[in-house]
This record gives sequence, structure tokens and C-alpha cells, in this order.
Amino acid sequence: MSIFTRGFSGRGRDNNPALPPGQYLTEDFPVLSAGPTPNVDTDTWEFTITTETGKVHRWNWEQLMALPTEDIHTDIHCVTRWSKLGTTWRGVSLDTLFADVETEYDYVMEHSYGGYTTNAPYEDLRDGKAWIAHTFEGEPLDPEHGGPARLLVPHLYFWKSAKWIRGLTMMAEDDPGFWEQNGYHIYGDPWQEQRYW
Amino acid sequence: MHLDGNVLAGPLLELFREDMTTATARCASCGDVSVLATAMVYDAAPGWCVRCHVCGDVLLTFVRAGDRLRIDLRGVTALELPAG
Amino acid sequence: MGTVASTSAETPSGRSIWIDVPDWAGNIAGQHVDVRLTAPDGYQATRSYSLASSGPSPRLQLAVDKLPDGEVSPYLVDDLRAGDMLELRGPLGGWFVWSPSVEQPVQLIAGGSGVVPLVAMIRAHAASGSTAPMQLLYSVRTPDDRFFADELEKLDNITYAYTRSGPPDATIGRLTKERLAAAVLPVGSAVFVCGPTGFVEAVASWLVDLGHDASLIKTERFGGA
Repeated sequence: MSIFTRGFSGRGRDNNPALPPGQYLTEDFPVLSAGPTPNVDTDTWEFTITTETGKVHRWNWEQLMALPTEDIHTDIHCVTRWSKLGTTWRGVSLDTLFADVETEYDYVMEHSYGGYTTNAPYEDLRDGKAWIAHTFEGEPLDPEHGGPARLLVPHLYFWKSAKWIRGLTMMAEDDPGFWEQNGYHIYGDPWQEQRYW
Repeated sequence: MHLDGNVLAGPLLELFREDMTTATARCASCGDVSVLATAMVYDAAPGWCVRCHVCGDVLLTFVRAGDRLRIDLRGVTALELPAG
Repeated sequence: MGTVASTSAETPSGRSIWIDVPDWAGNIAGQHVDVRLTAPDGYQATRSYSLASSGPSPRLQLAVDKLPDGEVSPYLVDDLRAGDMLELRGPLGGWFVWSPSVEQPVQLIAGGSGVVPLVAMIRAHAASGSTAPMQLLYSVRTPDDRFFADELEKLDNITYAYTRSGPPDATIGRLTKERLAAAVLPVGSAVFVCGPTGFVEAVASWLVDLGHDASLIKTERFGGA
């Protein structure tokens, strides 16, 4: 049994229409992580996409930087209930990176330096919905926020935007990632408030 | 930044009905055996990730999902506590 | 379930909270409670707070520092008042504790509000008549930021390390390994360290560098919020 705590309402969960249900607005950029910040050097950084045939598409940092970049203005929503509105990122669209990738699979596992994983449907990473972001508010992305580069999938809860991104592996089924195995929602739409399963 | 295993006392009490912070856990990755109070707890609520203080690998995760409590002991091969 | 008996200011940002818990089973010095707040829409937030009190008394004392971007600590410091009901679970934790059966000398090392469980140990030590030496090294921003200042003022086994400002004769600035070495009991003592994560990590590694046995060093990091 729990009683209501007199005068406690939780942090600013007001009715701002830009906020998904149960979220509050923050001006900060809280750091959330399931482990220590890995030291990822752009000299040895690489990003891979691996398909069902075993074919591995690879980019090093120099090659990533040579690809067309986009500026992204977006809101981000964390399952821990903070939302940050109007953030500005720069990065490479996953459409660009998937351009020469042939796959019949419908799901993707995101892999990070440091061992973190999270899953997403392939269609959620295409058509201008996902990027590899390396710049935040005009500055190189801070390591504690996923630098040198993280995935940015802002229409899903932010745990789906894997920090320190290292690669994507195509999957036949929607296998759960690190948190999804342990109670977080398999898809994670903030507007449906899909926090847990 | 992380906390330490002392903070697990309340949540683990719900599952084990004992104080588990004085229990030892053996790390599946490096074999270290230490009391859970010394583990590293990354408290990115609602999910907590508990790591071995020696090798840093995941010992267990802990998620409060709505009205359910889910603990995954993937990285613990043995738990030992004084018989009560 | 507890009822708030009273609250009082400890520092510009911290308050002591006394809570009556009629069925309290008693606690050991160093233990904590989990406090759970519930909003009218059912939203809940839980945080751990160390007890400054110990023993059989059903009147518990918490001392809480308000973290500016926190969710629970601002409520406890600014809004909570006598007569309020508070849901808490405890006593919790059997590791970061001191009891009079410990015969070793004890060095306590606090950073900021990390002094709370250590004050419980100082009080338990005094109440027990233990002859084991016990002393405190207290790193805190300024004299005004000291928790339990009046009570600690009466004790002579305390060294302060002020990080921002302090009396004219004090060394001001972050604790260093050298200052730590000069202030702590010799190798072989039991050591309890409590404070913010960075402080605890630094102090614990310096202690090991100074020859202290890691198995005699107990640490508790706090996050708060």
C-alpha cells in the first residue's frame, strides 16, 4: 500500500503539448549510462554494418567525415522522464550508410563500444529518421554523451540512440538488446509511453 | 558516475527477503568474489546496472518496470550469504 | 510508515528531519532507509538516505542536502513539514556499519553530507563507551556547510578540510594525498569513507597508496537527487 505524499507532484510534469506523456522538460543534458565511459579514439574508430550474408560494410572516421552531413533539429525523450526540446545535432544519415547495403532482414541490433546493445526495426532507422551524430550544439559530441559518435533515433526513447556506436547487425527477428531483455519495452515509442513491457 | 552496492539493500530485499549487500557474489567474467556492497551501481533509473568492481563486467541488472521488479543475474555464478 | 516530528536547518541547503516510526526495530550506526514519495497520479520516486541516528529509538534522524537538479531532495528540504507522513523502508544495509564490538581504531572520512552515517557512528561510539580510538576527517566547502556543526564543535577528534573557505589558519582547497596522510590514523585502522563518488574514489585510492589494507576500507558513495 502506498499513500500520496502531501505536496509532492514529481518534477514539472506539466501539460506542454511538445512533451510526451509522463515527461518533464529539462534544460540540462543528464548523463545516463549503464557503465563507464569508454575511451574511443577516432584514429582507431570504425563503424560497421553486418548483413545476413556475413558481408561487413566498414567506415573509418575519415571516411565517415567525408560523407554528406545533415543538421538535425529535434526533441529528445529519455525513459527516465526528462525531455529536451529543440536540440541541434550534425551527423550522417543512416540512409547514406545503408545506400549500398543489401538485406532482407527487418530488424537491427545496435552495438556500442563498451558492450551496450539495443534493438530497433530497420524501417525506424531509414527515411530520414536516424543518424550517426558526431556534433551536438556545434561542438564535437562529448564522450559522456556518446562521443565521438552515437546513433540518433529521436522518435524513440533515447536509450535506443546507442552511445559510442560501433556497428549495426541485421537480424531476422526483433531480438532484445541490453535493457530490452530486462524489462524495457521492445520498441519504445515515447508518445505511446512504451517504457516497459 | 556510479554508486556502490550499499544502495541495493532495499531493492534486493524485495526479492531475497534478506540483506544481500553483505552476501558475496562471484563474477562470471573474472571470478572475483566480493560482497555486493562493493559492486559498482550505475543507477540510470529505472534500470540499474551493477558491475564487478574488479573487471567492470555486468553482474546483474535491476529494472523497476511499472509495478514489477525484474532482476537479471547474468554475470553472477554464485551468491553466498551467512546462514541465518 | 513514519510521521515527521520536526525539521530544522543544518546548512544553507541542508535540513535535519526527525521521523517517528512506532514499529521501528532499531538500527546499527551507518545504515540507511529508502524514502518513497508518491504523487497524486501514482508517480513514485525512491531515494536512499543515511540515518544519523542509531540504536532502539523509534525517532529517526535523517539529514538531507538539497541537490539543485534533484527531485526528491528539494521536496524533503523545502516542502516537508511536521505532521507529514513519509513512506520509508529500513533499516537497510549491513556492510557500511560500525558496532561497538569492533575493537580496531576507526578513521572516518566524510565528503559533504557524507558525514551523516559517520555521525551516527560517532554517536554510537560515544554512547557505547568503546575505548577504540575513533576520529573524523571532514571535507566540506565552508564552515557554514558543516552538518551537525554545534555537536561536532564539542569534539576534539575532528580534522576539517575546507575546500572553498574557512578560518584564517586553515589550509583551503581540495583534499590531497599528503593532507590525507597527515590527518588519518595509521595503517591497520578500520576506515569508513562516505561522500560523492569522485571524493570516495580519490580517497580510497590514496589510502591504498599509503599502505592501508583495501579490505579494511569501507566506502559508501551517494548520488542523491
